[in-house]
Amino acid sequence: MKSDNQVVLEFPSHSSNEAFARVAAAGFAMQLDPTLEELGDIKTAVSEAVTNAIVHGYPENFGKIVMKLRIREGNILEVVVKDWGVGIADVEQARKPLFTTGNDERSGMGFTIMESFMDTLRVRSVPQKGTTVTMRKRISTRMGERK
Amino acid sequence: MYNHRRLMPAVIFLREVINMQVKAECLDRKLTLHLTGELDHHAARPLMQSIAKEVEYALPLEVILDFSGVTFMDSSGIAVAIHTQQQMKQLGGKTRIINPSTQVKKVFMAAGIQKMIRMEDIHEK
Repeated sequence: MKSDNQVVLEFPSHSSNEAFARVAAAGFAMQLDPTLEELGDIKTAVSEAVTNAIVHGYPENFGKIVMKLRIREGNILEVVVKDWGVGIADVEQARKPLFTTGNDERSGMGFTIMESFMDTLRVRSVPQKGTTVTMRKRISTRMGERK
Repeated sequence: MYNHRRLMPAVIFLREVINMQVKAECLDRKLTLHLTGELDHHAARPLMQSIAKEVEYALPLEVILDFSGVTFMDSSGIAVAIHTQQQMKQLGGKTRIINPSTQVKKVFMAAGIQKMIRMEDIHEK
């Protein structure tokens, strides 16, 4: 049974780990037989979530990031990205397009992209405790048909 | 349509930006920046600095960001495009994005960049 398979990855908040995290997530998702577009969506959303943890979770220092990848029933990929950083005071505001507390390298589109590239997005945050982002995406099942 | 292959470039620079490369070609005050690699937050700052330098050096009337070699991009690429367009606006010039992959295009579209910056596919012969 594919469902309930899961991996947990822990890494420090170095920006070089952004590429590692999205490639690892894509590698795990391969067992769901995603299309290239679905794979691109997963990589993009993971890149956004992990970058947020690195840049906004730990703005002044390096800290721990945990990424959990899990396959749930119904061909669903679940990605959880957790940090123990500064947290988000107003999650609703943070999720708005173009809102950013970052400098001009940041576009403020991270959450918008996670939302539009995945099926569901849940953000839980406690200031000074950390942030947990949970995303799910159902991977289409294809019967003998390939794009 | 502007075909950079057929023209002899006046200026060619090659700059390594961590896991990205920028190759600049300037002709008739049109600066084409060929980007290659993965554009994420890790690559964004050096890339922005590199683009800003090329623009300052060439003072072009138009910057063409060629994304055909960009294999992955997240929202950091949106910031790079907006930043470039702002710099070009100050110089009174235009910005154009060419040849984004499906994934790159999807990220730009999610941000509505196509309403601000011209985006098109130019297939090289």
